Amino acid sequence: MILEVEGLKVEFPTRRGTLTALDDISFSIAPGEILGVVGESGAGKSITGLAVIGLLEPPGRIAAGEVRLEGRRIDNLPHEELRRLRGRRIGVIFQDPLTSLNPLYTIGRQLEETILTHLPMTKSEARARALSLLREVGIPAPESRYANYPHQFSGGMRQRVVIALALAAEPRLLIADEPTTALDVSIQAQIIALLKRLAGERGAAVMLITHDMGVIAETAQRVAVMYAGRIVEVGAVRDVIHAPRHPYTVGLMGSIPKIGLRKGKLVQIDGAMPRLNAIPPGCAFNPRCPRRFDRCLVERPDLMPAGASRAACWLHAAT
Amino acid sequence: MPLLSLDGVSRDFDVSRPWLNRVLEHEPRRILRAVDRVSFEVSAGETLALVGESGSGKSTVARLIVGLHRPTEGRVEFGGRRMQMIFQDPYASLNPRWRVRDIVAEPIRALHTAREVEDLLVQVGLARDDGEKYPHEFSGGQRQRISIARALAGEPDFLVCDEPTSALDVSVQAQILNLMTDLQSRLGLTYLFISHNLAVVSQVADRVGVMYCGRIVELATATQLFSRPRHPYTRMLLDAVPDLAMSGKPRTPVAGEVPNPLAPPPGCTFHPRCPHANERCRREVPQLLDDVACHGVAEGRI
Repeated sequence: MILEVEGLKVEFPTRRGTLTALDDISFSIAPGEILGVVGESGAGKSITGLAVIGLLEPPGRIAAGEVRLEGRRIDNLPHEELRRLRGRRIGVIFQDPLTSLNPLYTIGRQLEETILTHLPMTKSEARARALSLLREVGIPAPESRYANYPHQFSGGMRQRVVIALALAAEPRLLIADEPTTALDVSIQAQIIALLKRLAGERGAAVMLITHDMGVIAETAQRVAVMYAGRIVEVGAVRDVIHAPRHPYTVGLMGSIPKIGLRKGKLVQIDGAMPRLNAIPPGCAFNPRCPRRFDRCLVERPDLMPAGASRAACWLHAAT
Repeated sequence: MPLLSLDGVSRDFDVSRPWLNRVLEHEPRRILRAVDRVSFEVSAGETLALVGESGSGKSTVARLIVGLHRPTEGRVEFGGRRMQMIFQDPYASLNPRWRVRDIVAEPIRALHTAREVEDLLVQVGLARDDGEKYPHEFSGGQRQRISIARALAGEPDFLVCDEPTSALDVSVQAQILNLMTDLQSRLGLTYLFISHNLAVVSQVADRVGVMYCGRIVELATATQLFSRPRHPYTRMLLDAVPDLAMSGKPRTPVAGEVPNPLAPPPGCTFHPRCPHANERCRREVPQLLDDVACHGVAEGRI
C-alpha cells in the first residue's frame, strides 16, 4: 500500500466547543490504484485530503489516527520535513489551477524550480525534464509555451501545467481535489483521460476527490462515499454504482440526472446534510433515511460487509 | 403564436482598450460578438433548454430576453404576461440584509399581503414562518427556493432560468429540478432553461438548442437530440459526458478547445475541432438549415 489512513479524526476547536469534521476515517490506496472520494459539500472529502498532506488550516488538527506513506508515519512529522515530502513524494492538484501557479513566473521557470528543489539535476537536465513533462500532459509545442505566463493559458491548459508540476518529482501519491470541476465537459474528458493514463503508467496511487459520480465512474477503481465526516460506503466503483448498499448512496445515485431517462421525477433525498455542530446521535443519516429503525437512532454503525462492498448501515448487520 | 420569439438577434460588446492606449499603440477597436444571429421560438407551456460550454453565449441570450442587455441587431418579441429570471448563484442574488418575506414580496410590494407571501413559501417547499428569517440562515438549496418564490410572486407565465442548479449539490439539485417540474405543471409555466449540464437538460427540456461561439448550431426536440445528435459538436458534447452506467462504450477522444471569441476562426467556428471539416467549412459560415448549422450534414456527408 502506498497510502494508509487509519482511524483519522480531525477536530476544529471553536469558542462554542469542538467540532468534529472527520471521525474514524480509514482507507488505503495501492500502487497504480485510483481511489475516488465522493460526497456533497460539507461531507469532509477535501478535509480528508488536506489532513493527509498536513495542510489543515489551523485551528483544525488531527486529534487521533495515523497517516502512513509507504509504511512510514507522516502525520506526526515536523512542518519542514512534511513540506519536503509534498512535492517530492506527494503531488497535489487543486480545483482552481490559478491558485497553484505563481502569476509572476513563467511556467517553465516554475517547473524547473520544482524539479531542482526535489531532484539532483543540473539546470539543463531540469529544462529537458520540464519540456518532456509538458509534452506528456498534452501541451502542444511545449518549447514555444515554455516562456509563457499562467494567464496566457486557457483553463484546461493551465490544469495540464498544474498536473505537470504535481508530477515533476515522480511522486508516489497524487491527491487531486476536484481537478475537473472548473472545466468544460469536453476539457474535463481530456483531463480525466490524462490522469488515468498517468496513474497507470507511473504506478502512483491517486486519491481523486470529487462531488461528481460520473468522474469517479470514468476514472477510479474503488470509491469511498462520505457523509457528515464519515465514510458510509466503500467498494469497487462498479458495485457501488450498480448496487449501492447504504440508503444515502442509493438516494445519491437516484438523484443524478441521466441522459435518456426523460422527464420522470428524480429520486430525492429530503432535507440536507447536518451541520457539524448538529450531527444527530446514532447514524448521522437517520433523520433523512427512508429505512431507519430504532437502532439507527441510538447506535452509530461502523463499516460492515454489505454485498460486495462495505457500508456503515445497520440494515447490513449480521444479526 | 409563440410566447417568445427571437429573430436574428446579435449582441456585440466593445472590449477595446481605453482611447489613449488605442491612439498611442495604434490598436483598433475590438468588438466581441457574444451572440450571433440567433433565432428561435418558445411556445407556451414548454421548456426550451440552451446548452453550451463557457463562452458559448447562452447566458447573454438569457440577458437579452429579460432586457438586461439590448440586442445590437434583431428583435426579441414576448407575447406573454410577465417574465422573471432565476440566477445561478443563490448567495449573490438575495439581499443579505432583508428578511425573506421582504425579498419574496419585493416584486409585488404594493399589493402583497402577508398571507400571499406565506403561500408562496409553502408552494416552494419552505415553512410559513421562514419569512421572518434572513438569507444566511438557509442552505444553498433553500436559498434557491427563495429565489423561485420571489420569481413566482409577480405571477409570471415565463421564467428564464440561468444555470439554476449549477451551484448546488446533486441531491439538492434533484429537489430543485423536481420542484421546477411540479410548478410547471401546476401553474402552466414556460421555461427557458440555460445549462452546461447535458444530463440536467435531458431531465427537464422538451426542446434543446445547442450553442457554440455565439450561434445556435443545432435545435431539436430533446428525444431527437439525445438519441440522434446531428451536428458534430453535439455529438462531441454527448460523447464527453461521463458514462455513469459504465457500459464501457468506446468514445472518440475530444480534441482542442473553444476558440478565442475575439478572433473566431473563419467559416464554421467549429472547423478546427471537427473531424469532418473540409475546404468549404474553413471558408463559408454554415446557416441553420433544417435546424442544423453544418455543411457536412446539409451535403449528406455526415
